Amino acid sequence: MTITIDERREQALAALPPHREPGFWARANRWIRTHLVQFFAAFALLFMFLPVMIVVLFSFNVPAGRFNYNWNQFSTIAWTNVWQDPQITDAVKLSIEIALLSTTVSVVLGTLIAFAIGRHNFRGRGGINLLIFMPMATPEVVMGSSLLTLFVAAQLEGSLGFATITVAHIMFCISFVVVTVKARIAGLDSRLEQAAMDLYADERTTFMKITFPLVLPGIVAAALLAFSLSFDDFVITNFTSGQAVTFPMFVWGANTRGIPPEANVVGAIMFIIALVVVLLPEVVKRVRKS
Amino acid sequence: MSEQTTSTAAPDTTTGGGADLHIVDVTKRFGSFKAVDDLTLTIPSGSFFALLGPSGCGKTTTLRMVAGLEEPSAGRIVIGTEDVTHKKPYKRPVNTVFQSYALFPHLDIFENVAFGLRRSGSKDVRNEVEAMLELVELSTYARRKPTQLSGGQQQRVAVARALINKPEVLLLDEPLGALDLKLRRQMQIELKRIQTDVGITFVHVTHDQEEAMTMADTIAVMNAGQIEQMGAPMELYENPVTTFVANFLGQSNLIKGELTGRAGGDATLQVQGQRMAMPTARVHSDRDEVWVGVRPEKMQISRAGTPVEGENSMTGVVTDASYIGVSTQYLVNLPWGQEVSIFAQNLSTEGPLSAGEDVVLHWNPAHTFALDATQDADAGAEKVEGDE
Repeated sequence: MTITIDERREQALAALPPHREPGFWARANRWIRTHLVQFFAAFALLFMFLPVMIVVLFSFNVPAGRFNYNWNQFSTIAWTNVWQDPQITDAVKLSIEIALLSTTVSVVLGTLIAFAIGRHNFRGRGGINLLIFMPMATPEVVMGSSLLTLFVAAQLEGSLGFATITVAHIMFCISFVVVTVKARIAGLDSRLEQAAMDLYADERTTFMKITFPLVLPGIVAAALLAFSLSFDDFVITNFTSGQAVTFPMFVWGANTRGIPPEANVVGAIMFIIALVVVLLPEVVKRVRKS
Repeated sequence: MSEQTTSTAAPDTTTGGGADLHIVDVTKRFGSFKAVDDLTLTIPSGSFFALLGPSGCGKTTTLRMVAGLEEPSAGRIVIGTEDVTHKKPYKRPVNTVFQSYALFPHLDIFENVAFGLRRSGSKDVRNEVEAMLELVELSTYARRKPTQLSGGQQQRVAVARALINKPEVLLLDEPLGALDLKLRRQMQIELKRIQTDVGITFVHVTHDQEEAMTMADTIAVMNAGQIEQMGAPMELYENPVTTFVANFLGQSNLIKGELTGRAGGDATLQVQGQRMAMPTARVHSDRDEVWVGVRPEKMQISRAGTPVEGENSMTGVVTDASYIGVSTQYLVNLPWGQEVSIFAQNLSTEGPLSAGEDVVLHWNPAHTFALDATQDADAGAEKVEGDE
């Protein structure tokens, strides 16, 4: 009467439809479906980084003519000579100075604005939020020409240069800083601050020990963004620079008579610095863990 | 903020661990909404007190006012002899175990637990923290970050972080809400043990009636910003005074009836033409129109015709029988169309009664309670598992 488990298993298997191996097309279809996302991801990454790779590659080129567009011959001469050309050196120096100063000022002001908007409810908060977005939404050409009009109207035409470029850069960097830091503040659980207050930390201590350390990654990200935006800017800088020549302006100017490979070297160096800055915290974390 | 140190409150009866907590005529309004409505409550020192109620009943707001995270619109909060109504959270002798813990993600476990000690300038932070981590069995995790711990471990860190400061009152805001059932049971026992060890007043906010009953000495059932009933778990369960408590704490069968006499110790009832008896002490209604209440496990179910003497009884037909091992849950349809539920232990060897059978329900008159019939019979019945 009773049947063993083995018999039950036999019966159950016999009742199933016969097993068939999937055919070639079925397997190919499945392979494509599971790997399609990876394929597109690889394609998107290639699309993003191909220009950077070209820049790095052509920094090792010795151009045959005036233009560094065709591969001629491998050489590290541009890398060793890069700081020999005073034009490049001065332009890079000026760009870095402007970027450092405008980053510092915009990060301080932008962070304060972000805290005001993110943490306090006051009249006109919505309006200010909108105004902060405006510089990001305005075309750079419009902003650059308006700034020039403003500076001329303020009779600063003769003193266009470092100061006016920096002021212009601070202006548009603030928006990006505010948006970045505000996102970090919005993601901050207000219960953490309540918990700190509950554990005898007054407002100041709570800010120093809890709020600020938790918002810091957002501030660092904002600083990196501001620095690269400032270093990179051409359109607004071109309107407000007077006689000063920043690195992007040098490259633009050099373009008409042929960009030297040294410009590629500077570009590659900036890319490597950015890479290091972004990867360093991760590396430090890994090292500390092991 | 005025610095008030009036000592007009009840005398301090502190006996080492913890202080009495007095909430006096406290109201909290958010706009036109009254979250807490003229609440008065005294929680004696050293007790494990539970504020139990559904989402939005004002229990968490009450707790936050004690912690200083909300300011009362009216009324006073006194800890021991100190009026703390308008004091900043960091100036109060209370600590909180937050819902979902609020551990500092950028600090390791040691620093999380040490946070309060460092603020109050303790001399011996290292040893104290190590002893506390020992107590919650997390010594080996001192250098981990909160995200590297499991839910149960994070919960213990949150308790340790609050407890290490030796507060007069420890506030727990749904501390076990994020844990799964098995872990929750385990932590309930653990928390109860810690409370007994340290003897500090615990005020525990929860919507889980079983959790409140397991842990607390005294439960206050809150609804719509007010306390419906307060007492020991058994008192609340056995003798509820409102339909809300009767339904929110376990289940109740509420049947329309009329009080025909309440002279002396025994009251008499008419329920659908049937005479019944009950102790007068369990009548919680000024009117004669009442809900006659019986808990499902207090009702016994027998085949029709079984003689029942000295008990309240009524006849019905089984509409559903669910056998669940330890007991059988019956739904029985009464002659006037109402359905009641019965939890019967499986004492019979013949197996449960089946649907369609005529039965007689009977119970000890002492298990009957009577509530004001103007109250909603379904109040507190729709419980939703979840957070506030």
